[in-house]
Amino acid sequence: MTEFRTSRRAKPSESAPDGVDRASRFSMAHAAEKTSDATPQISLRGLRKTFGAVTAVDGVDLDVYDGEFFAMLGPSGSGKTTVLRIIAGFETPTSGSVFLDGADATGLPSYRRDVNTVFQDYALFPHMTVAKNIEYGLVVDKVPKSERVRRLGEALEMVRLGGFGDRRPTQLSGGQRQRVALARALVKRPKVLLLDEPLGALDLKLREQMQLELKAIQRDVGITFVFVTHDQDEALTLCDRLAVFNDGRIEQLGPAQEVYEFPATAFVAGFVGSSNFIGPHVAREVLGIAGSFAVRPEKVAIMPRGKTVVIGAPRVDGVVRDVVYAGAVTRIIVDGPAGLTLSSTVLNTAGELDVSIRRGTQVTLSWPAAALRRISD
Amino acid sequence: MKLPSALRITLYIWMGIGLAILYIPLLLIVLNSFNSSRTFGFPPTGFTIEWWQRAVSSSGALSALGTSVLAGVCAMLIALALGTMAAFAVQRYTFFGRTTISFLVVLPITLPGIVTGIALNATFVQVLGPFGVALGLATVIIGHATFCIVIVYNNVQARLRRMGTSLEEASSDLGANGWQSFWRVTFPGVRGALVAGAVLAFALSFDEIVVTTFTAGPAIQTLPLWIFSNLFRPNQAPVVNVVAAVLAVAAVVPVWLAQRFSGDSTTSRV
Repeated sequence: MTEFRTSRRAKPSESAPDGVDRASRFSMAHAAEKTSDATPQISLRGLRKTFGAVTAVDGVDLDVYDGEFFAMLGPSGSGKTTVLRIIAGFETPTSGSVFLDGADATGLPSYRRDVNTVFQDYALFPHMTVAKNIEYGLVVDKVPKSERVRRLGEALEMVRLGGFGDRRPTQLSGGQRQRVALARALVKRPKVLLLDEPLGALDLKLREQMQLELKAIQRDVGITFVFVTHDQDEALTLCDRLAVFNDGRIEQLGPAQEVYEFPATAFVAGFVGSSNFIGPHVAREVLGIAGSFAVRPEKVAIMPRGKTVVIGAPRVDGVVRDVVYAGAVTRIIVDGPAGLTLSSTVLNTAGELDVSIRRGTQVTLSWPAAALRRISD
Repeated sequence: MKLPSALRITLYIWMGIGLAILYIPLLLIVLNSFNSSRTFGFPPTGFTIEWWQRAVSSSGALSALGTSVLAGVCAMLIALALGTMAAFAVQRYTFFGRTTISFLVVLPITLPGIVTGIALNATFVQVLGPFGVALGLATVIIGHATFCIVIVYNNVQARLRRMGTSLEEASSDLGANGWQSFWRVTFPGVRGALVAGAVLAFALSFDEIVVTTFTAGPAIQTLPLWIFSNLFRPNQAPVVNVVAAVLAVAAVVPVWLAQRFSGDSTTSRV
């Protein structure tokens, strides 16, 4: 069977049988497209990093393969940036190893690693022009001038900054600086590009535009991208696979869709998208099953009570507490039995929600049986 | 911000008084250097350039000037080397006793010059004297370097802290080793602070008199020492005035340079 690349911490015995089955079927389909027996571009083994009394990274094992767009997602302080900095060579792990393209790179200084970084604050050299910034890596590598000029031109073209070569970083907008940082790293043609919250400093519209550009650039250059973000939307939008970090560990590792659809833990279910949580007590009382569960709000159908509910076996009666209109969707929060609160997200396709659902309406909620995910606590 | 006009006028007046207190005495010196009265009587009784001619040919003043410049440049160079290294050590490395080192390096600037002077004098004469060390130019330079280091250290250290480490990381990430990163990224970043520190260190050394008194042997006369010993000689007083006037005008240059170079390097393009 194809290896299901999951966190070493995941304990299969704790997952529901149907959950595991679905998850592995899903990942087999995904893994079939990958050459999973190839040497990973990046391999982390038993990585730990402590700063004084603080443990920033606490036992991380990770393989990232050639050509992947990989995301490290997690809240601030979860250790994702430290892992990135260890891969780049800016931090030395307290214990554990880093392998780059199969070779042990744990003690290698950053300037000897075939890895380049796009920094969160871009770290452009303020005393150099855009062109000098981009050329920098080629100059220190003593690349001949003619080739340098050609590659500089290509890089400027790739990030659509032709004609900006003579500007200073201070004369550029945030988005343009971001592109210079990207060009400066990519002009070295590394095997792996690391991106530390690359879009964090940009406003929403620009961020969405840059996401598409990043994705297109990654497809064009075909190298491995590893990026760190705390924005789950961004992670899902950009990456092929992602690792969800919490407290210095990887909570879950897998293709974006798999992590979203089959969250392994309550943390993942809550951090990647939003979830309704059904604790063991409520599950036994209301649903008559044992365990903790999560169900995505968009999978919860809502009907005024008494009307025929077409989908799903589990049905929960409740009273609408709140109706929140949010443009594209409407979120309905329902008080169910035994202290259960469920929210249901409805796409505003018809422009307006069923007017009979408002505060105080008696409703029935239901969802496809498969939408109920068993989670470990 | 718009101030009420009464307040604005009051503030202008106070500013005028403040500037007058600062600069009218200096103007007086320049004026007196052309005053034909030997006793600097005021108002000046007549105009002369005799004192200027005598100053230019005064071998005592010129050699004292030479000594001061030499001592200032040497103290500045020592301060640049040691102050910069100390700043790098404290800002870029962690080691046992780091904060103590930082404290000890800065301390000499707050010590009264007379204490530094007595301490150095005792060391040079009583402790090192038997080993053949005599007070001279070298001891003056060492004395000056003790506080010049602080100026360079503070400037460079503050700049390094403001720069942060991300530019050096970016440089290393792009393949530059330690030396390449230093010369291509770190040094251009601190260049302004180095120039500002060097200019201020030179200026401090140039007008130092207390520590100099204790560390200079009888054969060494820096310009401040020369001025001090000649000021009350009726024959030399007008020449001293000329020297003072020249120094007052010359002092504008380092201050202007220091302000220009300690400004943000990204805007001043240093």
